[in-house]
Amino acid sequence: MTAADVLGQFLSGLARAGVLFLIAAGLSFIFGVVKIVNFAHGALYMVGAFLTYSFRVTLGVPFWASIVLAAVCVAVIGIGMEVFLFRRVYGRPVADQLLLTFAMVLIIHDVVRLAYGSNLRSVPRPPLLAGAVFLGDVIFPSYYIFIVLTGTAVLLGFWAFLHKTRLGKTIRAAVGNREMVACLGKPLPWLFTAAFAAGVFVDGLAGAIGAPLGGIRLGMDFDIIILAFATVIVGGFGSLPGTALAAFIIGEAYAFGIWLMPAIALSLPFIIMAAVLIVRPWGLLGRSGGGEL
Amino acid sequence: MSGSRRSRWWLIALAVVALALPQFAEPIVVHTAIEILIMALFAMSFNLLFDGAGLLTFGHGCYYGVGAYTAALLMTEIGMPMFPAMFAAMVMGGLVALVFGYFCVRLTGVYFSILTLAFAQLMFSVFQQSYTLTGGDLGILDIQPPAFLMAVNNYYYFTLVVVGVSFWLLWRILHSPFGRTLHASRDSVVRTQFIGINVRRYRLAAFVIAGVFASLAGALFAPFNRAVAPFLVSWVKSSDPVLMTLLGGAATFWGPVVGAAVFTTLHEVAIGYTTYWLLLMGGILLVGVLFLPGGILGFLEDRFHGAAAARGTKMTEARGASSNASAD
Repeated sequence: MTAADVLGQFLSGLARAGVLFLIAAGLSFIFGVVKIVNFAHGALYMVGAFLTYSFRVTLGVPFWASIVLAAVCVAVIGIGMEVFLFRRVYGRPVADQLLLTFAMVLIIHDVVRLAYGSNLRSVPRPPLLAGAVFLGDVIFPSYYIFIVLTGTAVLLGFWAFLHKTRLGKTIRAAVGNREMVACLGKPLPWLFTAAFAAGVFVDGLAGAIGAPLGGIRLGMDFDIIILAFATVIVGGFGSLPGTALAAFIIGEAYAFGIWLMPAIALSLPFIIMAAVLIVRPWGLLGRSGGGEL
Repeated sequence: MSGSRRSRWWLIALAVVALALPQFAEPIVVHTAIEILIMALFAMSFNLLFDGAGLLTFGHGCYYGVGAYTAALLMTEIGMPMFPAMFAAMVMGGLVALVFGYFCVRLTGVYFSILTLAFAQLMFSVFQQSYTLTGGDLGILDIQPPAFLMAVNNYYYFTLVVVGVSFWLLWRILHSPFGRTLHASRDSVVRTQFIGINVRRYRLAAFVIAGVFASLAGALFAPFNRAVAPFLVSWVKSSDPVLMTLLGGAATFWGPVVGAAVFTTLHEVAIGYTTYWLLLMGGILLVGVLFLPGGILGFLEDRFHGAAAARGTKMTEARGASSNASAD
């Protein structure tokens, strides 16, 4: 075990954390604004990955256009779901909302199977990012760096959107006091739709840029949704910096876990989550009392 | 009152059909009936938490799987007879539920649901990865029930008795002071705490009871199926009781049973035509949540209970009228 190995593993964990952050940030954002826990988030992430495969490999669209197209398609699907289905259950018991999004998990899972079958697919990295950056003995695959930068850009972009734009400020106001915002004549349902679309777009983007990292397969939807929940809970529901921190911890725990103690690597996120829930039920950077829904 | 008398007749009729079933039905139907009974117990143990305590668990398959695996391991590895193995499975399921539940009941709402799911997923990866103990993704094969339960009819009657007794126990639990307190905590945590009740402890007890009955269902399934696999601990299995309960009607005691019967029959029929079972199930769940929030039994009860209530008022009116007439 050399310093180069450790650094290499660290970067691989960082890339994983980048993807995880995008997914969890969308999930947490949607929950924060619309107050709905979107179980279908992992399924939409999978759709993003498969659509990237379709655009890039089947249709031969350039890589950069493919990831944008995939993310936009996922956002459109998300808007459709929100407008036609989820809107009907706002204000109904939490169980109904969970079950409705859960129904979407089942439906999307089988629709993807119908469209793509159960085989493993992969998307090649774009030529520009196929190489690696050498820093002494340490090899940094360029694609990892790209993912880390994208994650950082989305974090900053989200922050700027919420704090600097009119729409973002209105959404934040709606989180604080819905009635007041509605009284001011803002179209609350469409604000929710916009927030949902933004969260799902980032989710689809995660699927798209995550596609060239490893295989694309049926079942990734469920693996990732549980990791995303773990991330959001560890970071604290509704806290964007918390989500980033948690994604970093879980991504690195996985990267080093799989290297040093492969037997428990897959269980590590849950162990971390259980530990955090015992000590700080509202998450590392969440507000106290967040555990009571 | 007429409602409870009617349901008693229904129950007696159902019991007669259940007892006579192997006499006139083909073995494949009896086979499906065993599965329905096991699933009904699994779903009802889930509903003890869901409707009984207001806790939606997404990881109930964990306890079903622990029960199935414990029974399977004890029977194949050390040759333990089936009955003590089933008992051990219940103890094991209860212990696992006690440990996981200890953490889960500290949370409420969505947080609770997600943590139960995470623990189930943790268990799934343990079962799938440890080849030495649980056979990894191959599972455990060749689990033999005792000779007198080899015939499908005998296993059916055995399951009917075990599940029937369990239903009775669950009914007693739900209608005991303990069950009433759980209901109270579901409807208002704050008020229940105000009268000096430790809600968390009640919820943990409910979690353990639900885990014990779920693992009993699993322990019934392992020798019936003759094999267990990590699939039994997976999220698909955890979603089964949720779907069954919602389909049948969560707010009624027999809802999970109706749901299990419809769900299992549908599954048996559907897999003959399509492999897209999740799509079908998702569609049904979607329509159910949007248009039939009370489930099948809730819907029926609304209709008939509504009709009965209307008849009831008419009768009181008539009686009132006649007493007025006599007074005159």
